Amino acid sequence: MTLDRAKRGQSIKITSIPDAGVRIQAIRFGLAEGSMVTCEEVIPAGPIVIRSHRQLLALGRGLARRIQVEVGGDPIVSLP
Amino acid sequence: MSHCHSPAGLKSIPEGARRIVLAGNPNTGKSVFFNHFTGIYVDVSNYPGTTLEISSGSFGNDVVIDTPGVYGISSFNDEERLARDIILNADLVINIVDAVHLERDLFLTQQIIDTGLPVVVALNMVDETARQGLEVDQILLESLLGVPVVPTVAVRKIGFAELKDRLAGARTGQATPGLDELLDGMALRPESRAEALLVLEGDPVVAKRLGADPGSRREEIYLARRGRVDSIVRQVVRESSGGALPPVLLSRWMIRPITGLPILALMLYAMYQAIGVFIAGTVVGFTEETVMQGWYEPAVRALAARLIPLESIPGIILTGEFGLLTMTATYVLGLLMPLVVGFYFFLSLFEDSGYLPRIATLVDRLLTGMGLNGRGVIPLILGFGCVTMATITTRLLASERERRIAILLLGLTIPCSAQMGVIAGMLASVGGWFVALYALVIFSVLVIIGTVLNAVLSGRSTDLLIDLPPLRLPRPDNVLKKTATKSYGFLKEAFPLFALGALMISLFQLTGVLSFLQDLLAPLTVGWLKLPAGAATAFIMGIVRRDFGAAGLSGMHLSPDQAVAALITITLFVPCIASVLVIFKERSRLEAAMIWGSSWALAFLVGGLVAQLYAAFGGTGGTAAVPPVILTFAGITLATVLACRLGRRKKTGRPEGGKANA
Repeated sequence: MTLDRAKRGQSIKITSIPDAGVRIQAIRFGLAEGSMVTCEEVIPAGPIVIRSHRQLLALGRGLARRIQVEVGGDPIVSLP
Repeated sequence: MSHCHSPAGLKSIPEGARRIVLAGNPNTGKSVFFNHFTGIYVDVSNYPGTTLEISSGSFGNDVVIDTPGVYGISSFNDEERLARDIILNADLVINIVDAVHLERDLFLTQQIIDTGLPVVVALNMVDETARQGLEVDQILLESLLGVPVVPTVAVRKIGFAELKDRLAGARTGQATPGLDELLDGMALRPESRAEALLVLEGDPVVAKRLGADPGSRREEIYLARRGRVDSIVRQVVRESSGGALPPVLLSRWMIRPITGLPILALMLYAMYQAIGVFIAGTVVGFTEETVMQGWYEPAVRALAARLIPLESIPGIILTGEFGLLTMTATYVLGLLMPLVVGFYFFLSLFEDSGYLPRIATLVDRLLTGMGLNGRGVIPLILGFGCVTMATITTRLLASERERRIAILLLGLTIPCSAQMGVIAGMLASVGGWFVALYALVIFSVLVIIGTVLNAVLSGRSTDLLIDLPPLRLPRPDNVLKKTATKSYGFLKEAFPLFALGALMISLFQLTGVLSFLQDLLAPLTVGWLKLPAGAATAFIMGIVRRDFGAAGLSGMHLSPDQAVAALITITLFVPCIASVLVIFKERSRLEAAMIWGSSWALAFLVGGLVAQLYAAFGGTGGTAAVPPVILTFAGITLATVLACRLGRRKKTGRPEGGKANA
């Protein structure tokens, strides 16, 4: 599935980032194909916020739609 | 010390002095280091990109140069290009890293180490690590990186002495495995290893400068570097249980629309109360009326009267109705200065707390409809401080298309702080419905222009990809210093322009041009905008600076509906002379001229539309006719947005956002 379908609290594995430019920027932020992240927040019709280690990143929906992910675990019960 | 706009401008580096460059990710506290080394103040921003200016200062016999906060050195945007060129010319790099975010920060560290330059790492905010349940093995980090690592807490001045001691020990560190072989295998061998590395990483600018073909192995190198950084982090960072996470809840509330929009509204309301009501009313009442008009102006007139007759031409120019010594000083110091200080105070709070990138996330959806992504809100918000400065910061936007849209929106619709202050003050006296009318009309114009541009311009804008730094309580001393620096910047920029404007108006008045222009504009101002004839003077003043025009309006007796129509017109009016100059510099002449011309048309069109609609709905000064006007504007906006969406869908054959990134 794609990242925009992720639900809050899910732990996710990034499987493919098709855009080379985005891939390079993602590597700098510590995200590469194969990275595990947590979906921190889904803004309705808006960006997806993910947590990688201690860092929060907001990705626009159009971008999230192009990133392939696998859900890598049960949704973690998160703070309200 | 010197403030320069480009690394090439860093003149006067003394013989034998070393160039010590400070480099780091955004929000690592670089500027605090810079201040400590050089003793001068620069902006400490919590948002990547509020300063594109490069500061340098002397430290002993050496020169310390600050760079914009970046995540890596390459050519992704202007900040990076600038940081890259400064780092390439460094003799020594002090790399400041955030001890809590090593996974992210060490990527830049490793890239700088890979350039072969001598490096010292300042492991900053080490006090935060314990609080967040982390332990960083600094000795191991030093041996893995191969360069000195000094723990620091910059805001509390801890570790500076050791950092200075260890500068002498700066050295070339351990490169990413496999990189040396790749560099050895290069056909072209530039003088410096740093340049060779950037060519190998496919940096088009550096490659072109050296006449080489950019390499195609960037991703391979980046992945190897990322692998090395992750492995270092695994070895040096230990997570102990416990430790509090940063304020997660508040951060969430700020970005979720259901709570985020009320929070944003609350912040704006607090600003309006503080600036529009308290400062514009109470404070300005004292500074403008009591101090400037009560004491200062009579004193200046009395003094001038001893030297020249006040009724002579120089007397009128200096101390008349639009006098250089009287009106200019009163407007700038008595009226605008307190408002500008208030605005910059709030802006500094937003910047330093980490709230700005959260606003960007919150409004991303809205801005994608206008061809910008959430990042675009930063120049727009900065525009409420100073449109001139904000126009320069549009360089942080990723594409030419986004820059064009942002600059046009800034030039046409965003009022700067000085003008905002006057407007907020005038609005505070006309009552709630009229405030709503003003806000809604300006917002509608912003949305309509953005949406239409997004539909008309070819291509597609880039998507949001932004780092949300931890929320921090702003440090009062930093907020105050920043407010002071920016307010001083305003004085420096505004005074000459105001003086020019006042001189122009006085000359117009003396030569009779003023009444001629007033008559000329009368069909527009009196007939179409339904304002008194004198309002034309305010618009003529507004050509120099819109706040100057707004200040002119504040002295007139207007009914609430007249006030709103006049304020809408002056808000949408031409950008100030300084902004226009910057727009001409940043864009093509044709585009800049079009922006200037269309703001005339737009301002009078929309202002007049409001006045005419209000009258058509039977308004005579009361609020009864306001809701229908608001509804009409909301309707026009909605219709435009829908039409543009349909048009766009038809053009691309699929819903917006479905196409690959340009």
